[in-house]
Amino acid sequence: MEEQNRAQEIALSPQDFAICGEEAGGADLLARKPVTYWQDAWRRFFANKLAVCALVLLCVIALATIFAPLLSGQSPTARNLLERKQWPSARHLFGTDELGRDLFVRVWTGGRVSIAIGIGGAAIVAVVGCLYGGLAAYFGGKVDMLMMRIVEVLSSVPHLLVVIMMSVVLESSSIPTLLFAMTVTGWCPIARLVRSQMLQISRSEYVTAAKIMGVSPLKIVMRHMIPNTISVIIVAITFRIPGFIFGEAFLSYVGLGVQPPNTSWGALASAAQNSLLYQPYMMFFPALLIALTMLSFTLMGDGLRDALDPKLRR
Amino acid sequence: MREALFEVKNLKRYFPAKNGKSVKAVDDVTFDIFKGETFSLVGESGCGKTTCGRTLLGVYPKTDGSILYEGRELGKLPKAEAKRFKRRNQMIFQDPYSCLDPRMTIGAIIQEGMNVHFKRSSEERNQQVTQLLYKVGLTADFASRFPHELSGGQRQRIGIARALAMEPDFIVCDEPIAALDVSIQAQVVNLMIDLQQEMGLTYLFISHDLSMVRHISDRVGVMYLGALAELADASLIYEKPLHPYTKALFSAIPDASRRGGSKNRMRLQGEIPSPMDPPPGCKFSPRCPYAQEICRQQTPALRELEPRHFAACHLAEQLA
Repeated sequence: MEEQNRAQEIALSPQDFAICGEEAGGADLLARKPVTYWQDAWRRFFANKLAVCALVLLCVIALATIFAPLLSGQSPTARNLLERKQWPSARHLFGTDELGRDLFVRVWTGGRVSIAIGIGGAAIVAVVGCLYGGLAAYFGGKVDMLMMRIVEVLSSVPHLLVVIMMSVVLESSSIPTLLFAMTVTGWCPIARLVRSQMLQISRSEYVTAAKIMGVSPLKIVMRHMIPNTISVIIVAITFRIPGFIFGEAFLSYVGLGVQPPNTSWGALASAAQNSLLYQPYMMFFPALLIALTMLSFTLMGDGLRDALDPKLRR
Repeated sequence: MREALFEVKNLKRYFPAKNGKSVKAVDDVTFDIFKGETFSLVGESGCGKTTCGRTLLGVYPKTDGSILYEGRELGKLPKAEAKRFKRRNQMIFQDPYSCLDPRMTIGAIIQEGMNVHFKRSSEERNQQVTQLLYKVGLTADFASRFPHELSGGQRQRIGIARALAMEPDFIVCDEPIAALDVSIQAQVVNLMIDLQQEMGLTYLFISHDLSMVRHISDRVGVMYLGALAELADASLIYEKPLHPYTKALFSAIPDASRRGGSKNRMRLQGEIPSPMDPPPGCKFSPRCPYAQEICRQQTPALRELEPRHFAACHLAEQLA
């Protein structure tokens, strides 16, 4: 009697146990257009406001170094003794130095050298590092052992010491010499990175699967090895650029870098040192640009790293 | 008589190790795999199951012995045949997290091998991907996703779809369920059984999950330290194991029907010896409770003690 009552109270039918709101196959749907890896990375980079700001800022700085000296119509080396040590004004946006040269033009012209060294140095380091690391990983065994020991020896020497020694020994302070001095040991970290990535990927199960399926070695390199390594390399390079800009600034600051009448941000900051108390603007602009450029590259590198790693996709 | 797909004879695979020694991962193993069956290799970690499967597919070159594929020596297939071999023989991996390229979409992963062996338009390929996803219980929209967005079970299904895309006859399943949840294990295994019936696949199922092996296998080989200890039909070997190692291994299977009290478990003493210098004679002799002088001196051959039931033990008759 009691049981019957309870059954009526509940009164369940098979319909109550039907699965609601689920498609055949049991998979949850996700409406998204098919995208390739690079499209997706691109989209994620642009979703990162900070990184995009950094990229825009870098573009502005780069364009200014190219066009600002041309548009201002002034020469970076023309002296005007009547307008020495002038504070920033409408006529001289960044002021003038102790020889009456327009600092606006000098700062942007100097930026050319700084940025060129930053990008050039990173490019050299990347090419040498990739080749060296790739070869070590490819040959393996004893060759790999020997090559990596050489890297260890080179990277155990203090970097700035090598740079200073090279600059002194080579007895010239041209930009190629400067680049050579800074990259002569600078490629070591990239070589290590590339080698370890290559080794890791070539032993991964997805490469094994590709081999079993008969995918050609060239295609394995193109489709697995390079895409999985390139993003790491791009990020590493982006982080290296500010290092080179700073390295150049440092060398110029201590007098081993760019020589007058050529100039760079480091050299400008160095020259401004003597009159820092009375004309701080001379120091302010090159230092600001060094800081902004380095910060932008670092932020952009951060954004790239996040964008190129699909695991961080939100 | 059943037709053999693979005939493995005295297969050896040694890995070079330090100071001139070698790790004898697979040491003199002989077995056949028949068309349409599920042949399982079981054993403890490090007993050479995986190496055996990988050597079969040519991932590792063999050190010695022979592998006949449809009656022909594997290393000597003409070029076109070798390419066909790579299409017809696939592998499903243990780790569903590392077997898919994190930078490729699911669609690209499934298409990868397909593009090597079949000439298809991109429309046909996409259609094929959709069909394969459906076949393994997923939907078409998975094609645009990346592996990390999927759960372990879903990834394992992608691994299966990738293998199926090649229209294979034979799949090495290298512990395909070891990394999955128990609830997902059953789904994946049932999927594999369904696919086998539907497509007439042959499986080499490598596992240490003895209950699952019993459920899925036609024949079972038990490996110990790189060698086969016992080889028989699944029903025979689970009902009446002949080799002491098999007995010990199977007595470790938990039995849900037994309430309280322990059944007569056979507990082994000691550790597995190093495959760098395996013991002389029977490899199991240092841990075998029945070992006698002959066991430590002579390596026992795999003998057919009962119809279709092989064991490598000198004392099998006495112990039975």
